[in-house]
Amino acid sequence: MHSLLVVAQNTFRETLRDKILYNLVFFALLLIGASVLLGTLTIGEQARVVNDVGLAAINLVGVIIAIFVGIGLVTKEIDRRTIYTILARPITRTQFVMGKYCGLIFIGGLNISIMFSMFLVTVWLSGSTIQGSLFQAVELMLVEVLVMTAIAMFFSTFSSPTLSAIMTLGFYVIGHLTGDLKRIAEKSKDPIAEGITTALYYICPNLELFNIKGQAASGIVVSVDYQLATTFYGLLYAALLLVAACRIFERRDF
Amino acid sequence: MDAIVIDKLSKTHRPAWPWQQAVTTLHEVSLSVGYGEIFGFLGPNGAGKTTTMKIVLGLMRATTGTVELLGRPALDVDVHKSIGYLPESPYFYDYLTAEEFLWFYGRLGQVNPSDLQQRIPTLLAQVGLTEARYRPLRKFSKGMLQRIGLAQALIHDPQLVMLDEPMSGLDPVGRKDVRDIILGLRDQGKTIFFSTHIISDVEMICDRVGILAKGRMVTVGSMDELVNRNVAQSVEVICEGIDGESIPLVKEVAMRVLQRGNRCWMALPGQQRLEEVLAAVRQAGGRLVSIIPHKGSLEEIFLERTSQRT
Repeated sequence: MHSLLVVAQNTFRETLRDKILYNLVFFALLLIGASVLLGTLTIGEQARVVNDVGLAAINLVGVIIAIFVGIGLVTKEIDRRTIYTILARPITRTQFVMGKYCGLIFIGGLNISIMFSMFLVTVWLSGSTIQGSLFQAVELMLVEVLVMTAIAMFFSTFSSPTLSAIMTLGFYVIGHLTGDLKRIAEKSKDPIAEGITTALYYICPNLELFNIKGQAASGIVVSVDYQLATTFYGLLYAALLLVAACRIFERRDF
Repeated sequence: MDAIVIDKLSKTHRPAWPWQQAVTTLHEVSLSVGYGEIFGFLGPNGAGKTTTMKIVLGLMRATTGTVELLGRPALDVDVHKSIGYLPESPYFYDYLTAEEFLWFYGRLGQVNPSDLQQRIPTLLAQVGLTEARYRPLRKFSKGMLQRIGLAQALIHDPQLVMLDEPMSGLDPVGRKDVRDIILGLRDQGKTIFFSTHIISDVEMICDRVGILAKGRMVTVGSMDELVNRNVAQSVEVICEGIDGESIPLVKEVAMRVLQRGNRCWMALPGQQRLEEVLAAVRQAGGRLVSIIPHKGSLEEIFLERTSQRT
């Protein structure tokens, strides 16, 4: 556990010193600020526009950080051979992978917290009510970031950064279209196409479950059961992927 | 008991695709390194030195064979508490300062924060980087990176230090500093295993040497054993007042004869017929100036042994 925390702490510091992170967060804050201006262009929908744009900006930046920083964390260590000196210490490979994951999750959580705080200030300054649904939406965004980071880490334990990026983005896109995949599978008359779409439906996470931004922006609160079940689903999916990532990483030669 | 015991280590790299052939880079490599020794692991580029070190450190899995470090299996992660490692051409986290870097590796090596606070300045002084304590590693030169790499290998006061080409990228002063550090470590009772293809480094500081060529151990032994046992000694004789070429015995025995005016220089293949040659020189009216016996160098052994494998 000690080694895991040391790696997590260093990952946190590494990401914190990456200028791209600041650019992304700045971009999100700019979007949140701009949402107030956009809101003034609409009649009676200002609060909804501020909520929509703000939540979308937080979600977008959170996922971009999870995917692109997540992919680089392990592959960079291998490419630059820093992994040699790390694994020569009393640390297991599982502790290393989990340390990297925890470090990135922590930075992702911190970023989302900063962006969400700024978003709440913006909502408050624009004279709208801060609704409970916004907290529900951001909690599920956090779970989505956990899942996306796990996917990025999983691919980066055995493939190149480019391939990892393509695969993770593929999972992200398909993950948001799983409902359509199921419908396609049901309507398909070709058994091969049905097989592929059914397989993708079960392999890829159903990321649309985490997307309650639309309801949240309108102030619609989802049930506690839904919130808990979706959170559990996301955590379970991320945990399974991390177990697989650690198993693969344990078998690798460097 | 030895600090390192490598027994019949082989490594075959599985091909990425079915139509590619498997490549075997190590063939039943066996060696042992005693406690407190400086062991030089010599071999030309591509001989398998780094692969061996990676297997010893658990970075790579052996296809067959076993490795024991400090009396425990090498795959036991806990044994790494007592091992320091510097890889070849290291690249480190360039966003960290020298102090943060050593702190990170110290904590990974399970050193207490209070011990680290004392140890970091001492080590930085030892590797000549006191001035660079708060400088980020991205501003370090190649030689400075090698020095800070050496410091990270020692930060947790390991019993066994494994160094892969530790002198590469260093200027003569830096090389001497590293040699001094290695000798200092031996004085503290540490075991040092280092790989290199620079023979002079090995000759100067190693107690024992292993030579690897094309993935096979071709020689292991102490410096004295290797140099005296494996290469015929030659003897250089210088005389005055004779023409060496005119003495039949000299022409017959000497490998080379050079005449510089009144002075004759000859190289004999060992000491076996030295007395006969000296008697012939005296009989011809010559006077002996000097006799210099030449031991075979490690370089000769290295070239001889590695060329047999090419």
